[in-house]
Amino acid sequence: MYVVVIGGGNVGYYLTKELLAAGHEVVMIEKDPARARTIADELGSIVIPNDGCEGRYQAEAGMARADVVAAVTGDDEDNLVACQVAKMKFNVPRAIARVNNPSNEALFRRLAIDETVSPTRSILALIEHEIPIHDLLHLAELEGGEVQIVEAQLDASSPVIGKVLRDLELPDGSSVAVLVRDEHAIVVRPDTTLRAGDKLLAVTSAEHEAELRSLLIGE
Amino acid sequence: MRVIIIGCGRVGARTAAELDQRGDHVTVIDVEQRAFGRLPSTFGGVTVRGSGSDEDILRGAGADLADLLMALTEGDNRNALAAQLGKHIFGIPRVIAKINDPLRAEAYRTLGLETICRTVILADALVLAAHDGAAATGGAVEPPTAEPRQGVPPAGTRAAAAAQAALEESAGEPATEGEAS
Repeated sequence: MYVVVIGGGNVGYYLTKELLAAGHEVVMIEKDPARARTIADELGSIVIPNDGCEGRYQAEAGMARADVVAAVTGDDEDNLVACQVAKMKFNVPRAIARVNNPSNEALFRRLAIDETVSPTRSILALIEHEIPIHDLLHLAELEGGEVQIVEAQLDASSPVIGKVLRDLELPDGSSVAVLVRDEHAIVVRPDTTLRAGDKLLAVTSAEHEAELRSLLIGE
Repeated sequence: MRVIIIGCGRVGARTAAELDQRGDHVTVIDVEQRAFGRLPSTFGGVTVRGSGSDEDILRGAGADLADLLMALTEGDNRNALAAQLGKHIFGIPRVIAKINDPLRAEAYRTLGLETICRTVILADALVLAAHDGAAATGGAVEPPTAEPRQGVPPAGTRAAAAAQAALEESAGEPATEGEAS
């Protein structure tokens, strides 16, 4: 695959190194000339020492034949613009952006950035896994956030304890997919009785998420 | 009209002050508290400290109700991000982004943003002033408001020749055309 990496910070550097090691063709664009030179000294002449948001340097990097562009600078605005230019001017099939402010993810998706990666959100999710919280945990978003895969941790205060699944009035478009009990995934049946300590993996929509939350976890 | 202005530099502060005077509801956002010092003491709008490309800050500044958003910071990309947040997340009817790079400005217009490019405006006005004179620029290039002080230009310069020609003209000699203006 031909990949253009924009930004030669730690993320860009290690990404480029791994991609090269995996046999991919990579060009990096890094704004800071000194940093660009340091990386070129180690990885070879694959670094363009210029602003990756500008069309002409993207052209120089061969963006028109790139399969993927990965914009991984520390600035969300630069990553957004770099991806937009790559998509608009060069029709790159896949644009991946690093997003530092998690609330920017929604905007990036709406603007046709194919994938966003938010280290902030990932770390947040790890921390939330460790701390019991009375909320749905977001595991994944599909269809640009319209479809949500969530996890509900049931404790003794949950209104559904002791109930069988068939009797739950799940909101429209929501379904319970898997139940995790004693660290084992169990296929849910209509007559499965819910217990404290169960974890439910459910599919829902952005619209009905709050309803699902109050049904499974309570207020 | 409810207007949000991002960036309280010279351009942002002046625009905010003018709109405020015309009776618009103006909210100015800047990361630096000091920047608000550029606003006149008569400014009656609201100032919000924070990043204008941050969704939460924009919401706090009333982006949900705004009629117009102007992104006027020094960073083209920052302005592009802020303007697109305004347009796509808050549904603000009009957004204007200051983009100093003409090529990028062109690209952003295709995405539905209004852009203002100082590079183009300045260059156009200067070309016009060069060919048709300051008056043709509609006020963009302004004539001096006072005559320069009189003095004797160094000998051998064009200024000295012009002064000599003016002297001869006042003495009744015909002046070379164009030199007098």
